[in-house]
Amino acid sequence: MVPIQSYLALSAVLFVIGAAGVLARRNAIIVFMSIELMLNSVNLTLIAFSVYLGNATGQMLVFFVMTVAAAEAAVGLAIVIALFRRKKTVNLDEINILKW
Amino acid sequence: MYDLTPYIVLFPLLGFLILGLFGSRIKNEKLIGVIGSGVVGMSFLVATSIFIHMLGLEEAKRQYIGTLFTWISTFTGTVTSLSVSVAYQVDQLSILMTLVVTGVGFLIHVYSIGYMHGDKGFWRFFSYMNLFIFAMLNLVLADNFVLMFLGWEGVGLCSYLLIGFWYEKKFTGDAAKKAFVVNRIGDFGFLLGMFLIFQTYGSLNFETVFGSASVMSVGSPALKWITLLLFVGAMGKSAQIPLYVWLPDAMAGPTPVSALIHAATMVTAGVYMMARCSILYALAPATLQFVAVIGAVTAVFAATIGLVQNDIKKVLAYSTISQLGYMFLAMGVAAFGAGIFHLMTHAFFKALLFLGSGAVIHALHDEQDIRNMGGLKKYLPVTYKTFLIAAIAISGIPPFAGFFSKDEILWKAFSSDYGSVVLWLLGVLGAGLTAFYMFRLVTLTFEGEERFAHDAHPHEARKSMTIPLMILAGLSVIGGFVGIPRSLLGGNAIEQWLDPIFAPANSKLMISEPRVVWSEYVLMILSVAVAIAGIYAARMIYLKRIEIASAVAERYSKIYNLLLNKYYVDEAYDAAIVNPIVTGSDKILWKGFDVKVLDGLVNGTAGLVAITAQWLRKIQSGVAQNYAIIFIGGIVFILTWLLIR
Repeated sequence: MVPIQSYLALSAVLFVIGAAGVLARRNAIIVFMSIELMLNSVNLTLIAFSVYLGNATGQMLVFFVMTVAAAEAAVGLAIVIALFRRKKTVNLDEINILKW
Repeated sequence: MYDLTPYIVLFPLLGFLILGLFGSRIKNEKLIGVIGSGVVGMSFLVATSIFIHMLGLEEAKRQYIGTLFTWISTFTGTVTSLSVSVAYQVDQLSILMTLVVTGVGFLIHVYSIGYMHGDKGFWRFFSYMNLFIFAMLNLVLADNFVLMFLGWEGVGLCSYLLIGFWYEKKFTGDAAKKAFVVNRIGDFGFLLGMFLIFQTYGSLNFETVFGSASVMSVGSPALKWITLLLFVGAMGKSAQIPLYVWLPDAMAGPTPVSALIHAATMVTAGVYMMARCSILYALAPATLQFVAVIGAVTAVFAATIGLVQNDIKKVLAYSTISQLGYMFLAMGVAAFGAGIFHLMTHAFFKALLFLGSGAVIHALHDEQDIRNMGGLKKYLPVTYKTFLIAAIAISGIPPFAGFFSKDEILWKAFSSDYGSVVLWLLGVLGAGLTAFYMFRLVTLTFEGEERFAHDAHPHEARKSMTIPLMILAGLSVIGGFVGIPRSLLGGNAIEQWLDPIFAPANSKLMISEPRVVWSEYVLMILSVAVAIAGIYAARMIYLKRIEIASAVAERYSKIYNLLLNKYYVDEAYDAAIVNPIVTGSDKILWKGFDVKVLDGLVNGTAGLVAITAQWLRKIQSGVAQNYAIIFIGGIVFILTWLLIR
C-alpha cells in the first residue's frame, strides 16, 4: 500500500501551489483555477484519511466540498463577468476600490 | 423655648431659597420685600423671645446647645477622629450677637425696600441679603469651629455677591474680587489655626477645646500660633492692618450692603471670634499685645485717612476700619466685654450713618462727593437729625451710646494690666480725629452753602427708609445705657451679662474686679474734652472759615496728598504682590506652560497619531490579493506558533 504520508504530502504541495497562485497571479481566471486547486487538494486529504481510517465520513464530506466548489465557481465567474463589463479588464492589480 | 433656636437660622435660609428660586418670577416688588425682610424679622422675634426667656433664668442655665445633625464623622484609625455636627449654641454672647445681627439686619432690609426700588435685580438683592444673614447667624450661633468657618466663608461669599451686585460696571466687579481675595488670605490663616487646634486638642468643638484649654497654663507655643493664625483670619474679615484694603473699595456696592455687611455685621465677625475664643487668647498674652497694637494703630491710621476723603461713603468706610481697631484694642487689653459692647453700639450708629448717607445719595441722584453737597438739612430734616445723632454718638459724647462703649475701651486700655499709656494715647488721638472727621462730614454734607446742582431737587426719603433711621437713632441714644460703668453709678449690665462667658479667660489672666478710681473720671473728662474739641474745630473750619482747610492742605501738601492717596498702600500692594503675580501668570504660566507645554502635548499627541495613521493607511491598497496575503500570513503565524509551543 502507498503510505498515507505520500498522499498528504501531495495534498500539501498542491495546496501551497494553489495558495501561491491565489496570492500572486494577476489574472482573475487563473486565481479561480488556483482556488479550485486548493479545494481539490483538500478533497485528496479527506479521501486519503477516509480510506486509511476505514471511515466513510470523509468521502461524504468530499461530495459536499465538490458541490460547494462548483457553486462557488459559478458565482465567482459571474462576478468576474460583471467586473469585466465594468472595468474591461480582469487584471486584479487594477481592481483596487475596496478601500476608503 | 430653647429648641426654637434652629428657626432663627432657618428663616433666612428659607427666604434665600424662595427668593432665589422664584424671585425672578415674582413681579410684585412689595412681596419680595416683605418676604426678604419678614424672614429676618421672624428670626429677630424668635431671638428676642429666647433672650427674654434667658433673662429670667439663673446664670448657669443660660447655656444651651441644640444639635441638628452630624455633619462630619470620621474615624482615622488610631486615636484621632473628627466629629463635627451642625449644632447651635445659645449663650449670653451668641444671643447678643444674634439680636444685633437680626435686629439691625431687619431694619436694613426694610430700608432696602425703598432704596433698591426699581432696580432690576431687586429679588436677587434680597435673596443675597437673606443668604448673608443665614451665614452670619451660622457664624455666631455655631458650637464648633467648622460650622463657624462655614458661616465665615459664607459671609465672605455674600460680601462678594453683594459688593458686585451691579455687575455690569467693571469697577464693582473688581472691588468684589478684591474683597473676596483679601478675605481669603485671612481665611487661610484661620484654616491653619483650625488645623493647629485640631492637632493640639483633637477636636474642633468649642466646649471640648475651651474645656481642655482652661486647664492649661499660660504661654504654650502652640497656643501662641493658634491665636495668631486665628487673628490673621480676623485681620482679613474685620479689616485691620494689613488686610483692610478691601473695605474702602467695597463701597462700590449698594449702600444697604455697606451698612449691613461692612458696618454692623460681617466685619464684626473677627471681634466675635476673639470673644468666643477668649480663653485661648488668655493663654497667649503675647498675641493679645500684638492684637492691641494692631487695633490701636489701625484705629489712628484709618482715622487719618478718613480726615481728607471726599466721598461720603469712603469717609464712613475708614471710620469703620478705625472703630474696628478700637474693638480689637479692647480685645487686646483683655477687655472682652467692652469690645463686644462697642461692637453693639457701633452697629447702631454706623448702620445709621451709612443708611443716612444712602438717603443723601438717593436724594441727590447718586452724588457721593461731599464737595458737591451742603445745606441739605433744609431738605432732608429727618436724615439730618438722625445722622447728627449718629455723629454725636460715634464721637463719644455722653449720654449717647458711643460714649459709654468707647470710654470703657479707653479706660481699660489705660488701666488694665495688659494695657499701656501709649495704647490709651493712641485711642484718645483716634477719638479726637473721629470727632473731627465725622463733623467735617456732617457740616460739609448738611450745613453751609448749597453746592449741589439745583435741578436735583432733593427731598426726604420715603417712610420705609426714614423709619429705620429713626429707630437706629433711638438705639444710638439709649443703646449705651446697658453699659453704664460702675464709676457712673450704673450696674454695667452688659458686662454682668457677658461675665460668665469671659470668666475663664479673666481668671487665667488674673483680672480682678475693677475698682472705681478717681483716674477713671479724669480720663473720662479728657476723652469727652478731646471729642468736643474735635467737633468744635470741625464746625469752626468747615462752617465758618473753610479757607483754613484749603490753606492747611496747601501748606502741608505732601502730607495731605499722602492721606488723600491712602498712604499709597494699594499702589504698594499692586507693585509688590499683584502685578508680579499677574505678569508671572501671563508670561510664564499661560504663554509659557499652558500654551507651549500642555497644548503642545495634546496637539503633539494628535499630530503623532495623524502621522502614524497616514503611514498605516497605505496597507489599505484596495487590491484583494494583498488582503489575502495578510490572511495567509496570519494563518501561517498561528500554525507555526501552535506547532512550536
